[in-house]
Amino acid sequence: MSVYPYVVAGVLFLAGLYGVVSSRNYIHAAVCLTVMQSGTYVALIALGAVSGGQAPITKGAQPGKPMADPVVQALTLTDVVVSVVALALMLALAQQSRRRGGTLDPDELARVRG
Amino acid sequence: MSRRRLRLLLFVPVAAVLAGVLMWGLVGLPSFGSPPHAYAAYLLKHEVGQRHVTNIPSAIVFDYRGWDTLGEELILFTSVMGTALLLRRGREDTGERPRDKAASAAVRHAGAFLVPVVLLLGIWTVSYGYLTPGGGFQGGLICSGAALFLWIAGSYRLHRGLTPTPLVDAAEGSGAAAYIATGLAALAAGQAFLAGFLPSGTVGSLLSGGTIALLNWATGLEVAAAGVLIFHEFLEEYIQTVPNPSPRQEER
Repeated sequence: MSVYPYVVAGVLFLAGLYGVVSSRNYIHAAVCLTVMQSGTYVALIALGAVSGGQAPITKGAQPGKPMADPVVQALTLTDVVVSVVALALMLALAQQSRRRGGTLDPDELARVRG
Repeated sequence: MSRRRLRLLLFVPVAAVLAGVLMWGLVGLPSFGSPPHAYAAYLLKHEVGQRHVTNIPSAIVFDYRGWDTLGEELILFTSVMGTALLLRRGREDTGERPRDKAASAAVRHAGAFLVPVVLLLGIWTVSYGYLTPGGGFQGGLICSGAALFLWIAGSYRLHRGLTPTPLVDAAEGSGAAAYIATGLAALAAGQAFLAGFLPSGTVGSLLSGGTIALLNWATGLEVAAAGVLIFHEFLEEYIQTVPNPSPRQEER
């Protein structure tokens, strides 16, 4: 049971990867990429969890209880915000592809010239 | 055979190998719920004594790993710039902006009530970011949500009017610049880049943290401006598809 959260992370990552590879639509591919990223968050947060633990914030903390790993939480919180912005960039690229090439299908776009 | 089918056929063996390696690695991690590793244990034990900040992840983001956060900030900055450049360049200027208006009175009133609430929640999340759960990244995004509520409750014109693009662009740039300037100020004070050179203050007070507080606010400003800029660009795309309502509807 103790590897279960890591398996969830692996499955999320692979499901997102399958979505990116099989995608017929740039917006779909962008969302699949964020699913892949969510896999890394699950892996990081699961790695930092402590059984019977509490948040690594000393203000209002209960004495005696162990604290969760703050390093992986710090990594995750910066990356969640950055992934939103990266998703915006991908959607902007999709928008441009629609406007210039008239399509959102990656395979059709490969045939568009100029 | 279509390119897509070829890609899927190639994907199956590659994914099988990747899945094997990935699961092998993940299963080899310390078991779920085990005590933190040495670095985390050190930080949990000594952080409050060293940095006087009660939110330990914030101290890591803005101090111990401040250099990594600078990298994240620059990714954020360049992504937003890329989005703005891509969408602004390809847009045909239609001149007149369509007039849209929230149709339902319930949406207008609830939205107007939520604008200050969300903004205040965001500012609170940033300002207490190094004491209680929160921080510049989270609070900044909440603040930008208030700008979105302006559109939902009011109109696109109101949204753009109250968040003028030059101001948002300037806030975005100065947030990133303030982060780097804090790092350079540490250099000028004779310490390492991004080192905490200001007094750490009393544990648990708003004046604690020294440079952590400064970097927290710089990040909050940058993330809030980044969110608003993205909303501007995508809403501008969307709003061009909204037809002008007939004058009769507008009078109501």
